Amino acid sequence: MSENKADKYRRVAYYPGCALEGTGHAYNRSTRQLGKALGLDLVEVPDWNCCGAMEAKNVDPKVQTYLSARVLSLTANRLGMDVVMAPCNGCYHNLKKAEHDLANDPGSAEVVERLARKAGDPAYRPGDVETVHALEWLKAAIGEDELRRRMRGGLKGLKVANYYGCMYTRPRHIFPEKDSGPGSESTAKPHFMDDLLAAAGAENVEFPLKTACCGGAHTLSDSDMSTRLVLNILQAAEAAGAEVIATECPTCHSGLELHQVRAEKKLGVRTGVKIIYFTQLLGLALGLSPRKVGLQENVSDAREVLAARGVT
Amino acid sequence: MPIHEQSLIRPEDLRTHDQLVVDGVDVSGHWSTFIQSRVVSDYNEELQEQIASLPGGEYIHRCWQCGSCTNACTVNAVNPDFNPRFWIYLVRMGLESELLRDKEIIWQCVSCNKCTYACPRDVFPEGVMKALSHWLELKGHTRKSPSTVFDEEFTEQIIRRGRIEEGRLMRRFFARTGQRLRQDWLVEMARRLLRHLPVGLLTRMGLSSLRAPRARGWAGARDALSEYVHEQNAGHRRALGLADLIETARQDASGASGG
Repeated sequence: MSENKADKYRRVAYYPGCALEGTGHAYNRSTRQLGKALGLDLVEVPDWNCCGAMEAKNVDPKVQTYLSARVLSLTANRLGMDVVMAPCNGCYHNLKKAEHDLANDPGSAEVVERLARKAGDPAYRPGDVETVHALEWLKAAIGEDELRRRMRGGLKGLKVANYYGCMYTRPRHIFPEKDSGPGSESTAKPHFMDDLLAAAGAENVEFPLKTACCGGAHTLSDSDMSTRLVLNILQAAEAAGAEVIATECPTCHSGLELHQVRAEKKLGVRTGVKIIYFTQLLGLALGLSPRKVGLQENVSDAREVLAARGVT
Repeated sequence: MPIHEQSLIRPEDLRTHDQLVVDGVDVSGHWSTFIQSRVVSDYNEELQEQIASLPGGEYIHRCWQCGSCTNACTVNAVNPDFNPRFWIYLVRMGLESELLRDKEIIWQCVSCNKCTYACPRDVFPEGVMKALSHWLELKGHTRKSPSTVFDEEFTEQIIRRGRIEEGRLMRRFFARTGQRLRQDWLVEMARRLLRHLPVGLLTRMGLSSLRAPRARGWAGARDALSEYVHEQNAGHRRALGLADLIETARQDASGASGG
């Protein structure tokens, strides 16, 4: 990773998104604490709105493009910044998709411009803002070597299944910087989370369902399907020997938690693997307290496993 | 047409006879199974055009039936009847009545985008699944799926306030689909959460569900979006030839109430 990029990412705009103010609050909290501990500046996008999540596009795809473009516009015009970091896979995906559509689809660009004019927002010009995920942010701004130097305690060989979900890598065309040679992220077999957690002292298990779907889009509207998909992921992680599943998306995270409980209640299938945000793990490895990284806010209670390993 | 994952012979079209002699040949029993012939005459030649007129369906014409989408599909692994390649084939052939046999499961696409990732022709099968579900609902072949109800509730909340509050969203969704909020698994989840959650956070969460969060400076966006969504919906009905039907129904209704 070039020095340039590392410097550029030391101070970025921060777009938490709706889920991180609700069910994903622990992810918000641990991400901010991690930034603070590592000396990275996060400047929250003022007056941000929902990116459209998985739902607005089904009412109309261009509604989602407008919603996401508005966040990019606020970053460029209100903050005057050119990098926005989104920890939520859904937000990250939608911002990347808006960027791609505005640059490549004149129909989308025309509708978004018209809506922005009517709404009285400043227009967004594609190329003005780069959207990065929390994983890309940490990997570029800190990197494995620096992380190893700053480790206080580390993860002590904790067995981790790294779970990336769908929206971080698919579809390929909205992530032009991925699959672009050494050092870049892979869409077929992503590894940024593996790299960071390994540097923090975790033992990553060979987990075949890194990018499998948890059914997050239908977590409430088709719960039986979601429970089956989640159970697949939980059981595969256990079979691979994982003690915890590390997550990077609030929808995946709460989906795994919710349907782990639902599988117990509805199918009588109990799984013991714990679910935890990768930022919580990194925070603990840096010596932050369990409370600071919001461990008490998780439904899936990993405290016993972490204590047994001597991580907390 | 290479079809590997879907048999075109339906179990109900297989015929065996306990006692049957045809032209002096005994064809009784399982060893001479017949296949009932099937003739399709009700092609809907506009089907592909209609699907292509809805968001997500634009690129259906590019499909060359390789089956990568079905091979990659998350839902297909759970239910083999969920078959994007086959449905795209039926639409392109205009086989509407065949498509309708699967109308109750098409909405179950989880939008994982594995199909779109695998597709060598940029058909965007995930979008096609959404277009198919919309078409089924607009044409009145199915009721609004729970997923559509969720999408609409979600989008209405965004348009109104610019942000989503998950507690409110869940309550409204369960109410609109006639489900009880007190599902045993939700209660169990809340119980586990409460066991170790600090009081401060609970108060904050409670407050945010009463005082729904809003994006500031949202009024302009709200008006622009409502107008746009309304326009688009009218456009979809027109494209499917439903506008006249709705107008007639509206006139009938006002005529009846006037008389």
